[in-house]
Amino acid sequence: MSVAFTRSTAGLVRAQLQRLRTSHLSSTPVASLSVFALRSSFSLCASSRLYRFRQTAAAFSTSAIPAKDVTVTFIEPDGNEVKATGEEGTNLMELAHENDVDLEGACEGACACSTCHVILPDNIYDRLPEPSDEENDMLDLAFGLTDTSRLGCQVMLSPEMEGMRIKLPSATRNFYVDGAKPSHH
Amino acid sequence: MATTVLRVRSKTWSFGIFATSRRFSICRIVERENNIAVVGGGAAGFYTAARILYKSKNTNIDIFEKLPTPHGLVRYGVAPDHPEVKNCMSKFDEVASNERVRFFGNVQVGGTSDDHQPGHLSLDSLRSVYDSVVLSYGASKDRRLNIPGEDGKTVKSGDKNDNRLGVVSARQFVAWYNGLPEAQDLELDLESYDKIIIIGHGNVALDCARILLTDIDSLASTDITEKALEKLSRSKIRHVEIVGRRGPLQVSFTTKELREMTKLKDVQIICDRQLLENECQSTAGQEYLKNSRALKRMMDILFKHSVNSEDASRDLKSFKLSFLKSPVEILFDQKWSDNGNVNVVPQLFKFRINRLEGPPESAKAISTDIFTEIPCAMALRSIGYVSTPLEGAPFDKQRNIVPNIAGRVIDNGVVPGLYVSGWVKRGPVGVIATTMQDAYRTADALVMDINNGHIAADNMPKSSRSAIDQMLEKTRVTQSRVTNEDWKRLEEFEIEKGYQVGKPREKVTDVQEMLNIIRNTA
Repeated sequence: MSVAFTRSTAGLVRAQLQRLRTSHLSSTPVASLSVFALRSSFSLCASSRLYRFRQTAAAFSTSAIPAKDVTVTFIEPDGNEVKATGEEGTNLMELAHENDVDLEGACEGACACSTCHVILPDNIYDRLPEPSDEENDMLDLAFGLTDTSRLGCQVMLSPEMEGMRIKLPSATRNFYVDGAKPSHH
Repeated sequence: MATTVLRVRSKTWSFGIFATSRRFSICRIVERENNIAVVGGGAAGFYTAARILYKSKNTNIDIFEKLPTPHGLVRYGVAPDHPEVKNCMSKFDEVASNERVRFFGNVQVGGTSDDHQPGHLSLDSLRSVYDSVVLSYGASKDRRLNIPGEDGKTVKSGDKNDNRLGVVSARQFVAWYNGLPEAQDLELDLESYDKIIIIGHGNVALDCARILLTDIDSLASTDITEKALEKLSRSKIRHVEIVGRRGPLQVSFTTKELREMTKLKDVQIICDRQLLENECQSTAGQEYLKNSRALKRMMDILFKHSVNSEDASRDLKSFKLSFLKSPVEILFDQKWSDNGNVNVVPQLFKFRINRLEGPPESAKAISTDIFTEIPCAMALRSIGYVSTPLEGAPFDKQRNIVPNIAGRVIDNGVVPGLYVSGWVKRGPVGVIATTMQDAYRTADALVMDINNGHIAADNMPKSSRSAIDQMLEKTRVTQSRVTNEDWKRLEEFEIEKGYQVGKPREKVTDVQEMLNIIRNTA
């Protein structure tokens, strides 16, 4: 459970917003309404933007060199190819969303669903750090899992990914028998 | 954004070019608006709507929901300590605020068209004015064990009467701590003994176990209701045993939920390690695990983190996975010997021991003549949900779903303009992502039918927003309706109330109170 919390972007963002809000509330109680109004317009994009900011910041902190642009290609289930360029440190899910690639992200990058499942080329997959237990737990539930499957929200663009071709799994695998227990009778 | 529009357009046109002989009708369809009603404002309903909006540019969608609040089990089912799972609500918000979507909360769909209760709508009335209706009303009931003692008993102890609860629905327990209005009066016994039994080896069982064993302070910052928090803070439950009739290779919970059990403070996991080893090491077991990554990883977690009963520490709380037991009956106020002390326990749950037969993927539980009894304060049943029929729609009583082919409802052939998505389409299994995919397939079928003119040809004259609004006015749905703006106002109230106590929100748990807040009369 502690893991669920620490990994939860939404939780973090909420905690930040809450801190902000409580400080507001304690100093100027009248301000509360406007803060809430702010929240409703803010909430849709807040979590992913802040998360992005956090990641970019993290990427920066390891080196003082400004982030480079990396271009990759997404291959949608129907074979359609979409070229996308993003800054180093951007995660693949966000990059897909910014480029209207048909990739979901139901939990908004909190590593709590498997809908941003992507399939990486072998050579890139092997060079990345192992997925965390939490990411693997979600991959357990992914449709069309392969040996080089990852969650898009957990993979950050890096210079060695230049030109990488990322496959999106076909979502329909076993769809209509989902839930039916395999039977030998 | 512009690219999205272009891409969708090009998809429509490529279709138009493909079906050249229909060029005229395609033009007509592009001009014409389609009106779609979605029954049920949960994940299935919203994901179906989202996909229709994305795939078709000339559709209006009205979403009907029994409660004033949208989001179904995302609000009332997902555990309060899983806030990240609820992030999908922002997608639902996006759908609900789309100008082509109207939310009709507090509107019950059901009954017949003759029965004109205010705020009620029959499926027939909907079908008479909408081009298509999507049923996504989920699974509102749970499966019972059907054993003696399940419904509990009132017993006389000393000079007062005590309610022994027997077996309570885990679904109701979840709904209770999540603030579902109809579950707020649920009776629970968390104080008369230190153990609860949960029947079932799915994620709902693990959610219940986790909530019962989690340190109360870490729950306090979630959106669990104050009432539940207060009751749980008085809980004496230290041991939870989840019981399944088959073995470790037949569990249906998922890795994340099992891993969470290993991270609970002061809780040890107990299971029969010998059984675990036998099952996993058998030739059939090894073969099965080789092809089942998730199960393999779960068994690894169990091997790594569990202890046998006899090695369990008495100072720790426990979560016990118990296998090969079928519920037989509940006995009340029986004598029970624990380490030489004979006590009267509130309930004794009697089980029959099973053995397994057949390959792991379809192993059958075969009864033996051996029985065992486990004392507990109460038991929860978590052996699956069931959908209920809706008047006016066909229903498969064996499978408890609305019969369909790829989301198109069938009743001796396809019923034009009637679709189904989510649990009522495929049965109550899977996570939100499963429901999302499932809803998308239904939406794809619907949009394909619109593009093919199947729906338009059949319903052409009857669908228009004005006819719909007339019907809604006549059935007095317009007056009782809760709009998306109303809901947002209620949500702001909940969030504000939550902030005062350090929670993401404090849910309002009474329908009348919700309506009062919405109508500004609170």
